[in-house]
Amino acid sequence: MSATTFGWLILAFPLAGTITIGLTFKLLSARTAGWIGTGAIALAFLSAIGALVKLLEFPAEEQHLTDTLYDYGGAAGIPFDLGILVDPLSVFMALVVSGVSMMIHVYSVGYMGGDHGYHRFFAYLNFFVFSMLLLVLAGNFVLLIVGWAFVGYASYALVSFWYRRDTATTAGMKAFVINVIGDIGLVFAAILLIKELGVTEYLAVFEQAPEHFTTNEWTIVAICLLLLVGAFAKSAQIPFHTWLPDAMEGPTPVSALIHAATMVTAGVYLIARTFPLFGLAPTAADISAFIGLITLFLAATVAMVVTDLKRIIAYSTMSQVGYMIVGVSIGAFGGGLFHLMTHAFFKALLFMGAGSVIAAMANNQNINDMGGFRKSLPFTFVLMTVGALALAAFTGTAGFFSKDEILGYAAERGGMYWAFAIGGYIAAFFTAFYSFRIIFRVFYGEKCEEAQELERGQLAHGEPVNPHTGEREDNEVGFPGEDHHIAERAWPMRVGMAVLGLGALFAGYIQVPGVDAVLENFFEPVFEESPLYAIVPSTLHSWIGLGVGSVLSILGISLAYYLYIFAPGSTDRIRERFSGLHKLLFNKYWFDELQDALIYRPVLAVGHFANDVFERYVVQGIVVFFRNGVGGLGDTVKAAQSGFVRSYATLVIAGFVGLALYFLITAS
Amino acid sequence: MDITWYLVLSALLFAIGAVGVLVRRSPLVILLCLEMMLNSANLAFLSFARSLGDQDGQIMALIVMVVAACEVVVGLGLIVAMYRRRLPLDVDEVRGLRG
Repeated sequence: MSATTFGWLILAFPLAGTITIGLTFKLLSARTAGWIGTGAIALAFLSAIGALVKLLEFPAEEQHLTDTLYDYGGAAGIPFDLGILVDPLSVFMALVVSGVSMMIHVYSVGYMGGDHGYHRFFAYLNFFVFSMLLLVLAGNFVLLIVGWAFVGYASYALVSFWYRRDTATTAGMKAFVINVIGDIGLVFAAILLIKELGVTEYLAVFEQAPEHFTTNEWTIVAICLLLLVGAFAKSAQIPFHTWLPDAMEGPTPVSALIHAATMVTAGVYLIARTFPLFGLAPTAADISAFIGLITLFLAATVAMVVTDLKRIIAYSTMSQVGYMIVGVSIGAFGGGLFHLMTHAFFKALLFMGAGSVIAAMANNQNINDMGGFRKSLPFTFVLMTVGALALAAFTGTAGFFSKDEILGYAAERGGMYWAFAIGGYIAAFFTAFYSFRIIFRVFYGEKCEEAQELERGQLAHGEPVNPHTGEREDNEVGFPGEDHHIAERAWPMRVGMAVLGLGALFAGYIQVPGVDAVLENFFEPVFEESPLYAIVPSTLHSWIGLGVGSVLSILGISLAYYLYIFAPGSTDRIRERFSGLHKLLFNKYWFDELQDALIYRPVLAVGHFANDVFERYVVQGIVVFFRNGVGGLGDTVKAAQSGFVRSYATLVIAGFVGLALYFLITAS
Repeated sequence: MDITWYLVLSALLFAIGAVGVLVRRSPLVILLCLEMMLNSANLAFLSFARSLGDQDGQIMALIVMVVAACEVVVGLGLIVAMYRRRLPLDVDEVRGLRG
């Protein structure tokens, strides 16, 4: 089979999975549905490996394979079709997406065990993976938009999965609306491209763009900025980030899959995929990099004070995606995508661990209520520590190599790009601090009630409540099921976490400066045309960067250790001392309030004005005027319709006589 | 040949018919008056046809007769229907089309 056949198979298996589960859910037992979903993704992963093997058989310059299944645009005269592009970038993304998804599916088989919406969950999950793979394999901008919108919908469906929770449904809507804003940006960018170039195929666009546009011409900058709107909305970058923390309302495997490993990296993929366009619009690329820098910095600071376990990880995701955006925007394509992969491993792992803890806490996500889970959840403790070490870029872990590759590249490019290196290193210190804040707050310290119960072997406890409103929930469809109290005791959960844990520890070794550069060589056929790709930091500089990174991560971990273990309670003093700063961070820089004041309220006010003034007086006035006018006219004319046949006859004859007289008079 | 007297007769018949339509209330009589008006028109057609030596007027008269026959069928049908439904046979009483 050729590489493109494998490409189609990658798409076919998850789609078949979602259709099978969706149509036959009444016949399947819950576990069967879960394993069908997992199997579909596993087959997709195997197909991705097949595509990789076949792709590598080609010489480097021919590693851009396209295949078309169906021509959509033939009738309309617009050039687009159901076509895929199989090249190192799309195969890499397909491998990461299907691989991590597979582990998350395995985890979900255990985690969602007692939920009444089990079949629905796996049907959605498979649909999401299908959409995401469609997004990364699409061979033209139109199919990209299709995948992009499918992913947005799947995210909405999964965030609102527990649909009887009001907080979950509103969070889903928020995610969907902000994603649609991104979709609009992407659609406009595609329209501009079709208008300017007349083609939608990636390869054709990238071939024609350099001839058609001059560098930094306003149209290409506009196209790139519109692409960025799409990328930022999906990747939760400022100012489109507010949906991500709220999306933590979804089940934890969803957070691991969508909001850590796959969907939020779609923006990174988009920027990497359209790098020839950004190469023509360096201004847009710099804007993108700066927004990435701001996001990675602000999100890291917020993650240090938020108390909701999953939201800490969500802000951390924003921050890490910020690193990737910086990477692919300044030209460190290899580094950005490398970080995308390692981040998928350790962040999904952290979410899985958080899911385990939250399950033990009966859905309570507040870390103020947690503590001392080290003995009662030993497996989760070890794996989460691995994830936190990788997130903190501790020496030797996956995050260590990938993060420093981006920052090293920024330093090597020099000039104003030093800002990215410095900002990134400062945020790396924060990252190390907050990742171990999670570990020390959750697993050390005084044992909370739940931890003690677990040690006594008592699994389920307490009434299930909504963690945000405190409302009681009844475990029926549309609410979290009762078995979410199983913590880490289901073996599928352990398998999923263990595999990702290995990835988080060792995935970094595929690209060690001076030793090997697997990814860098693998991506060369894609990015070789970018002059920026030739910039590679020397081995010495890379190792200096790695040294700085490891010192910062150890400093951050030590600070967390000092504040939470060595001198517990000192955080309260710091909080009082810098209460203003704490308030600023704790309220997430008031971004939600800002959006509320700048967009939501003005729009609402315009709506009220339109309803109360314009609609009532202007529109209604016109309508009522015409209605009365026509009614009055009708009343007047009605008088003639007496119903007397003889009076009608009189009128006819009188009219006839009148006409006759008129003609007689005019004739004489 | 002078056709004046024929036309005068035709006009008289027409006027009598028209007044009959206007003043009588019985639908049957109104139909009769309508027939009278149609035939007055026929008389005028025939007079002109004879006077001008042209066949068009005669053909027109035949057409008018056909139309008159149709009209009588419909009119009498209506009257029978009114009678069967025990409606008053008085056009002033039947005024369901009043606006």
